[in-house]
Amino acid sequence: MIGGPGFAAGPVEAETEAAGGEESMADGTTGISADTLHGFVPSIRRGGLRRFAQRRSTIAVLMCLPLIALIAGLVVYPFFYSIYLSMLNRDATRFIGLFNYRYLLNSDTFDLVIFQSCFFAITAVFFKALIGFILAHVMHNISGRDQRIWRGLLLIPWVIPPALSTLGFWWMLSGNYSAVNWILGQFGIPQIAWLSNTWTARLWVAAVNVWYGTPFFMIMYLATLKSVPDQLYEAAAIDGATWLQKIRFISLPMLRNIISITVLFSLIVTFANFDIVQILTTGAPADTTHVFATYAFQLGIQGGNISLGAAVSLFIFPILAVFSIFILRGVGRRAREGM
Amino acid sequence: MKKLRPVSRRDALKLAAAGAALPLVHMRTAHAAGSLKVALWDHWVPAANPAMQKLIAEWGAKNKVDVSIDLLQSGTANAKLLLAEAAESLAGTGHDIMTFQAWGVQQYHQHLEPIDDVMGGLIKQYGAVDPTSAYLGKVDGHWMGLPTSVGSQYKPSCARISYFSKAGYDVRQWYPNAPGNAKTATDWTYDTLLKMAPGAKQAGLPFGLGLGLTTDSVDWTGALLRAYGAVLVDEKGNPQLRSDAVQQVLEYLQKLYEFLPADTVTYDDASNNKALISGQSALIFNPPSAWWVARRDAPKVAEDCWTFPSPSGPAGRFNPYLPFFWGIWSFSPNKTAAKELITWLQQRAQVETLCDVSVGYDIPTFASMHDFKIWAEVKPPLGTVYNYPIRPWHDTQSNVSGFPAPPRIAIQLYNNATFNVMAVKLAKGKQKMKDVLDWAENEINGYINM
Repeated sequence: MIGGPGFAAGPVEAETEAAGGEESMADGTTGISADTLHGFVPSIRRGGLRRFAQRRSTIAVLMCLPLIALIAGLVVYPFFYSIYLSMLNRDATRFIGLFNYRYLLNSDTFDLVIFQSCFFAITAVFFKALIGFILAHVMHNISGRDQRIWRGLLLIPWVIPPALSTLGFWWMLSGNYSAVNWILGQFGIPQIAWLSNTWTARLWVAAVNVWYGTPFFMIMYLATLKSVPDQLYEAAAIDGATWLQKIRFISLPMLRNIISITVLFSLIVTFANFDIVQILTTGAPADTTHVFATYAFQLGIQGGNISLGAAVSLFIFPILAVFSIFILRGVGRRAREGM
Repeated sequence: MKKLRPVSRRDALKLAAAGAALPLVHMRTAHAAGSLKVALWDHWVPAANPAMQKLIAEWGAKNKVDVSIDLLQSGTANAKLLLAEAAESLAGTGHDIMTFQAWGVQQYHQHLEPIDDVMGGLIKQYGAVDPTSAYLGKVDGHWMGLPTSVGSQYKPSCARISYFSKAGYDVRQWYPNAPGNAKTATDWTYDTLLKMAPGAKQAGLPFGLGLGLTTDSVDWTGALLRAYGAVLVDEKGNPQLRSDAVQQVLEYLQKLYEFLPADTVTYDDASNNKALISGQSALIFNPPSAWWVARRDAPKVAEDCWTFPSPSGPAGRFNPYLPFFWGIWSFSPNKTAAKELITWLQQRAQVETLCDVSVGYDIPTFASMHDFKIWAEVKPPLGTVYNYPIRPWHDTQSNVSGFPAPPRIAIQLYNNATFNVMAVKLAKGKQKMKDVLDWAENEINGYINM
């Protein structure tokens, strides 16, 4: 039982504890709810309502209510409202069912947007995870103060607002003043219109995201690596394992859950990315670098067709839902298996 | 000494009651006509915002209206104004007066108060309104937005005098800083531009004409289409993609593309400015903002700039035009005061004050106000922007891309930069004309059915 001096014990407590079950924690201690409540209730009265109020889950829900209200107001309501909006006509005055979705699926431009969004997110997340994984291992093998310095330096891209980083890249690549081209020019290499060729533009858009997001992966993997017992690596070394075998048979299995979760979170965030494309290319050349968010902005806000913009932004949802189900199922399964 | 009359209990009570009521009287008279919330475009010319705030404060004090102003930015990566328009239209609450760019009135007209009375009075005072403003500001014959000078801009030619001179064209003779232009001004055509383009590229001064997806790029190609008499969708809403004129303009751009800057396809609204200011371009189509910044950052370049109308084509000469509007939300609780404020701000004296502080950037709605002195006085060189407003002798009309299609279709043509995408697919993507037209037809049919 947890009870401070201000909480008077009474018969209810005895009853509650006798009831066990719901009020008892796994380690045998009772929850705070019953003690807290009966401290304020002078009279003893059995009843469903009272038992309901005394349940730990009820208290938990009550305490979470502000957060639930916040999420409902800022996430759940806008989500359903955007579904509703996506089924309205251009002026948002008439219900048109799935017309906006059918329109998008018949649009060649939207095909490009789907392709580019998937290319951008998958490429960027793959390289963020790969580089983050490598950097985490490098960091793990640097000791003491040096590691802290390097870790701090490598976190800088993640700390800088992405819009500023993107502006920096834009200046390095822009047609007027490209610093990259200037350097190439010093070696006699002709200028390259980095952001004007479809594929170089697509790759740079992904590269900027990799630059910004890699430190997040690195720090997550590094934190997990620190919890891997050194004995495993030592035992492997005694058995004559190469560094690749150590990574394959120790690091990867131990990091599998964190890799899954970081990849999932990063996919969600990267699919929804807006600022990099908007600043670097605005979707050009010829709409080939548009992603869902920038295209939704173009149609919904700039073009004044909020319903169509909502439909574009909702396209991302089923894709991410499928990703989430598979990844979280894998994580859950491994957790149950004790990995 | 005169003896004071003793104050009776009745007098004291009267005095106390009057004293208590005094603040109420004051409050009543201070903002007797209520309050107004105004969303204005955050002008890029530093002096323009304080001048506008001062004017509005002056009006508010005179008319006993408490006016609060929000300055909202608008740009490629900063669209507070657009977001506010969208949010307030959906929420049915917000400001009383909202600023709209080009298509905003058409987008949100269901939520706007008709202002035929305001426009009727102003037209009576100052004459007819530019046809492009009427196309963008009227819905079903009713004025739903007031075309304001603040932010409204033409995007005519801004050329390097020295380069054009070397190429054999005296732009100051074409369009001098005095009434009337030379007969040789007719030489300024899109053919001339195409003829000059290879030399400019070779000289390291390629013409800074974008084929990107943002307004500057869309505006000039719209004027080009119009100059060739080409329309993507006609006024009845029928696609006219496969006309000879459209294909002629596409072929023109295919040829010109080779001599444009390497990044022309990703040009945004700052790219042409930077090209001119950095001395990397001999010609851009832009308001005098580029010249204005050059005057501060690259004076030698600024001294060599001259602004004059766009080139002409077989169907005439058209300056790209991007007007701004003030609209009154239908949910505004103080429409009368809102109408009075925008009417007052549109009076000649106020418009001239605002034009002066914006160094002539803002274009007045009424042609009768195109005679302000500011455009003749600005330098260097003296008269550099004299021909920025359309003068009666320019034989030039304004144009917005997408015209003459019904606005609900034209908005989509404009915002999706459909024609520029076509040009890029053809010129850079090396796609066949037929494939490009097929693609555009599919897109445009979607806009029409939307």
